[in-house]
Amino acid sequence: MSEPLTKRERMKLDRVEMIERDPEERASSFAEVNLGYTAEMAKLEAMRCLECAKPKCVAGCPVGIEIDKFIRLVADGEIGAAAEVIQRDNLLPAICGRVCPQENQCEGDCVLAKKERPIAIGHLERYVADYVRSEGFEHVAASAERTGKSVAIIGSGPAGLACAGDLIQSGHEVTVYEALHEPGGVLVYGIPEFRLPKDIVKAEIAGLEELGVRFETNAIVGRTYTLDELMAGNDAVFIGVGAGLPRFLEVPGENLIGVYSANEFLTRVNLMKAYLDGNDTPVLDVQGKRVVVFGGGNTAMDAARTAQRLGAGDVRVLYRRTEAEMPARREEVRHAREEGIIFDFLVSPTELHGEDGLLTGLTVQKMELGEPDDSGRRRPQPIAGELERFDTDLAVVAIGNGPNPLLLSTCPELERTRWGTIAVDEATGRTSMPGVFAGGDIVTGGATVILAMGAGRRAATSIEDWLADAVWELETEPEPVEA
Amino acid sequence: MYRIIESNFIAPEVKQFEVEAPRVAEHWQAGQFIILRVDDDGERIPLTVAAADRDSGVITLFVQGIGKTTRLLNRKKSGDFIADVAGPLGKPSEIERYGTAVVVGGGVGTAIAYPVVAALSAAGNRVIAIVGGRSSEYVLLEPELEATGAEVVACTDDGSYGRPGFVTEALKDVISSRDVSIVFAAGPVPMMKAVADVTRPHEIKTIASLNPIMVDGTGMCGGCRVDVGGNTLFACVDGPEFDAHLVDFPLLARRNQAYHDIEQRRLEDFEAECRVEAS
Ligand SMILES: Cc1cc2nc3c(=O)[nH]c(=O)nc-3n(C[C@H](O)[C@H](O)[C@H](O)COP(=O)(O)OP(=O)(O)OC[C@H]3O[C@@H](n4cnc5c(N)ncnc54)[C@H](O)[C@@H]3O)c2cc1C
Ligand SMILES: Cc1cc2nc3c(=O)[nH]c(=O)nc-3n(C[C@H](O)[C@H](O)[C@H](O)COP(=O)(O)OP(=O)(O)OC[C@H]3O[C@@H](n4cnc5c(N)ncnc54)[C@H](O)[C@@H]3O)c2cc1C
Ligand code: SF4
Ligand code: FES
Repeated sequence: MSEPLTKRERMKLDRVEMIERDPEERASSFAEVNLGYTAEMAKLEAMRCLECAKPKCVAGCPVGIEIDKFIRLVADGEIGAAAEVIQRDNLLPAICGRVCPQENQCEGDCVLAKKERPIAIGHLERYVADYVRSEGFEHVAASAERTGKSVAIIGSGPAGLACAGDLIQSGHEVTVYEALHEPGGVLVYGIPEFRLPKDIVKAEIAGLEELGVRFETNAIVGRTYTLDELMAGNDAVFIGVGAGLPRFLEVPGENLIGVYSANEFLTRVNLMKAYLDGNDTPVLDVQGKRVVVFGGGNTAMDAARTAQRLGAGDVRVLYRRTEAEMPARREEVRHAREEGIIFDFLVSPTELHGEDGLLTGLTVQKMELGEPDDSGRRRPQPIAGELERFDTDLAVVAIGNGPNPLLLSTCPELERTRWGTIAVDEATGRTSMPGVFAGGDIVTGGATVILAMGAGRRAATSIEDWLADAVWELETEPEPVEA
Repeated sequence: MYRIIESNFIAPEVKQFEVEAPRVAEHWQAGQFIILRVDDDGERIPLTVAAADRDSGVITLFVQGIGKTTRLLNRKKSGDFIADVAGPLGKPSEIERYGTAVVVGGGVGTAIAYPVVAALSAAGNRVIAIVGGRSSEYVLLEPELEATGAEVVACTDDGSYGRPGFVTEALKDVISSRDVSIVFAAGPVPMMKAVADVTRPHEIKTIASLNPIMVDGTGMCGGCRVDVGGNTLFACVDGPEFDAHLVDFPLLARRNQAYHDIEQRRLEDFEAECRVEAS
């Protein structure tokens, strides 16, 4: 055993970055970009942690993982114990380690962030989760005592999965109803393989099945079942149906062939595996073609990088603000650039042009930043007369999703916010209908995996209370939650 | 997995399936469809549910083999399984007591129109079903339609059976001799457009069941978007039935060709494979 380093020595060390696949190789491969840490690298990185008395990283984590504790255990080589610490607060660490916007959360608040060298908490979380999985991950056995109560969960995204995980542990019967043929939500249909291998999601779901969670696919609640039926057949219902309604630009030409919503493009490629030979779902041929993607979030990055991997000749991300306002994870932006994606800032499309029904080009309006809007970001405004027209073969619209009305339109009793999301008591996820809980993107609007997971778990706790005392008390009137 | 209880060809390349799908059968209403995947590598395709029996949990589908997926499906036999069946999707048809209703079905569109005919008849309407096909063997479901109490006018393009000529000619005759309150149309896009063009000057309310390319069928992808009166709507959740006088049919026809070349290649490869298997 080497001597522990002093604080000063630790502060001199460089942040250890993960091994990454070569940009040239990955521009044509759907294999995961990040290759993770070796045991040595994980230890080195963990040793940099200053073990703050009041760790700011923990406060910055939306689910309050005891980050300082797990990092200490990694430094000591006790990976199994580190995993236990993480799992107390995060049921999906292999996923969150890969997709959380750490720079805005734990790493953004780490004291070393000021020196631009925050501890690579995400990398470490991922390392720990992958390590225990490769060692033959043991799921904590569900409590042997069954309560005889049952809960229906609608939607199998991170919110639904987290809620199911907690409730099955408490001995309740849990059935997850999923509209698609495969569970996982955005984790399987949206986020691409090169960022989040589907085997990881499958393993998490298989783990929940082992614990006794039932998954019923091809089950569209509102159509295959009504909400009333699920309420009658269960003691509680959790709604975690996500924000699955793609927004379009509402400019002329949007229905031309060659214009996709990001949801459609990504679903064809990820869920339906259009990138693999032998799969029947087609995707428009982008080989050598010019592709534009509208938007600046993770979805836009995923769409652009997917197009690149399908062989596009030239991929441009068009964003109406500047790089500083882009909501995408910083790592994704860097990866996209390395892979050859071009970024055009302060432009907004005004028209899509076509010939014989096929997209051929577009006109964009140049923008400038004005006063900050409600979100605190400076609002883009058009610069009069500054229009530019150029050619393109494919356009992907990745400007966000609204709440999908399919289920909500069948239950008018469920109170909605003015954004169309479900109104809940934030602390408990309780809705205006006794026995019905909600969480994740259907409450917040498009947000993050960790927030959806956290909401699923808060609801699970509140479901426990409801199952125990059958009292429907709301701390606050279900109130619109800002999207 | 969803078991095929029975399957039979009822016309060249058109097969009738009885499939065990109790959850769909339980809630299905006329006008709704399902999305299925034949196998694990398969694409998701929409098919109208022509009938459903709640007691036995069985749904009836009619499938016209026009491309790889529908041909693959049509090779399945009684006792085989279908990987996924999701539904019932879409809004049900608006069935009311209209008075005299005309339902026009072309080709496999007759199967899509069949449940509407049955529901309109059951609701007490006088229903005239005008069904067309290229030639006699393509005229579908005539006895079944008659059994609902509807008056059936069969038409063939080549005159080999029933009334010679297109369904629109028969429709014009009916409109000129009867007081028609509403017209439903299901079939190829050009046929639905032609029906809308016939009824428009008469201001007869006309509903078309649109068939755009779909993926999820839940309103998540927007691939099924159609233009209705200048508004972009999603056929899988806002439809599939829309006011035919407002639908942009040329756009629908064009969008349905989006994958034509890819689909054509897949079909050729599939047929070649089938020939190898058969030899
Ligand atoms: C392309 C893309 C990339 C993203 N990248 C990141 C990232 O890097 N990091 C990050 O933190 N977040 C990211 N996000 C956001 C994140 O994925 C979401 O915030 C999160 O998945 C929301 O979880 P959820 O459980 O609320 O809903 P979802 O994941 O949307 O899951 C909802 C599920 O419910 C199902 N469903 C819907 N309606 C019904 C119904 N009526 N009956 C039955 N089932 C139904 C849906 O099919 C779906 O499977 C990304 C999102 C997208 C689209
Ligand atoms: C709501 C709805 C209900 C439907 N009900 C039925 C039904 O009951 N029975 C039935 O046989 N078919 C029905 N269809 C059409 C059916 O879904 C398509 O024929 C099928 O998806 C074609 O798949 P494929 O791989 O066999 O052919 P593909 O190879 O995909 O297509 C072959 C050719 O058909 C055209 N095409 C592609 N997709 C469609 C489409 N969705 N509609 C029309 N033409 C298309 C294209 O020109 C293409 O080149 C319905 C479609 C919708 C949207
Ligand atoms: S804030 Fe940074 S240095 Fe402090 S405990 Fe957390 S990870 Fe370690
Ligand atoms: S099929 Fe995807 S939204 Fe209609």
